[in-house]
Amino acid sequence: MSTQETKQGQLVLLVATRKGAWLYHTDATRHSWRVDGPHFLGQIIHHLVLDPRDGRTLLAAAKTGHLGPTIFRSTNLGKTWQEAAKPPAFGPAVNGLAASAVDHTFWLTPGHADEPEVWYAGTSPQGLFRSEDGGMNWAPFSYVNDDPQYRQWFGTVQDGTPDGPKLHSIIVDPRDAQHLYFAMSGGGVHESLDGGQSFTPLVDGMEVVEGFDPTDVSFHDPHRVSLCPSNPDRLYQQNHCGIYRLERPGRRWTRIGRNMPKEVGDIGFPIVVHPHDDNTAWVFPMDGTEVWPRTSPGGHPAVYATHDGGETWQRHSNGMPAEQAWWTVKRQAMAADRQATVGLYFGTTSGELWKSSDEGQQWECLARHLPEIYSVEVGYPR
Amino acid sequence: MRVLIPSALHSYTTQSWVEAEGNTVREVFDDLERQFPGIRFRMIDEQGRIRRHIRLFHQREMVFDLATPLPADGELLIVQALSGG
Repeated sequence: MSTQETKQGQLVLLVATRKGAWLYHTDATRHSWRVDGPHFLGQIIHHLVLDPRDGRTLLAAAKTGHLGPTIFRSTNLGKTWQEAAKPPAFGPAVNGLAASAVDHTFWLTPGHADEPEVWYAGTSPQGLFRSEDGGMNWAPFSYVNDDPQYRQWFGTVQDGTPDGPKLHSIIVDPRDAQHLYFAMSGGGVHESLDGGQSFTPLVDGMEVVEGFDPTDVSFHDPHRVSLCPSNPDRLYQQNHCGIYRLERPGRRWTRIGRNMPKEVGDIGFPIVVHPHDDNTAWVFPMDGTEVWPRTSPGGHPAVYATHDGGETWQRHSNGMPAEQAWWTVKRQAMAADRQATVGLYFGTTSGELWKSSDEGQQWECLARHLPEIYSVEVGYPR
Repeated sequence: MRVLIPSALHSYTTQSWVEAEGNTVREVFDDLERQFPGIRFRMIDEQGRIRRHIRLFHQREMVFDLATPLPADGELLIVQALSGG
């Protein structure tokens, strides 16, 4: 993000929900907001992403009730949409494995800056897909979808999240288009150094549910992995079992969530990294005790921030309800903008959209009464 | 033959009833796809299976097999079994 872009930048929040999508437009001051929506009212939108490379191409991962999944594309910020000619779909059964069908596309990642038409998609059940024409035609990518070892690591539907196991957190190293990461719930974190010709698990140091074997990749449940734009050798992860940091080229994750307050714990879905400072990250803790309510611990919602790479954590809840707020924030539903003083945003499953214009110090509700929010992303239209 | 399209798919056809040709259910779906690109995948998955909440009726009988033959002058009803909230 150049300084010029930051000054000029119109900013748009892309809010995908269980029943449609909304766009919230503002300028660099972030004082007033204009809502545009609903788009796709009644359709399940898992992810809505604006291409940072052109500032124009918007992709939406959609599923309409019980109809099959598809991708919609807009190049005018949602004034008109065009359906993908060939949405992500698995190939025929091979290697003696059962045939798979995409239930929904869960995750969208724009490709490397040097590959302007490339996008990646992750699906449920787990599948990795790629488009080379800006999201209109998709094909299975790499070998993982039909690899017997990866199929074993995918586990079964029973091992995944309530609405299906997912491939998510597809990350392209900004220095190298061939260097890729993805994560799976369940199935661990994986890395390729050769553009997807080979992937290897990256799970050392990650913990699993008590009683399970941490050397079995299929038991690992990363909820969200984020790479620091200011230091691509540093990754943060919110896992089913804690918060982690990884320093590359090292291969062992460190559980920095041990430093969270004991009464809050280090369980959650999203983790958001600072665009300019690799020591700063934010999480939205949830209750992972007993039957796993997955709500704000004690009904006291808060964002927790670290400014020293996870050594210490600070609670930020100014402006949020002080009690009786049983929020859940899903793994894609928290995001940061790229302003000099970073804005933070999250959406709850109870349909509230919250924002902070000062890196989490003070919070304000931007919208309520929306459907269940699945994802919140920030885009910079050009 | 006349084909009844469920409301969730009117964004493709803009109308409830359309004409499609084919000697089997599969061929009728192929013709629908030719006329309304993208519509087939919303109802039939990539392994050729009718999606879980899609119901097909011909002469008041439910059709489970895409190879089912259809007379040219018949009607195929495509119904979405709605559930959820």
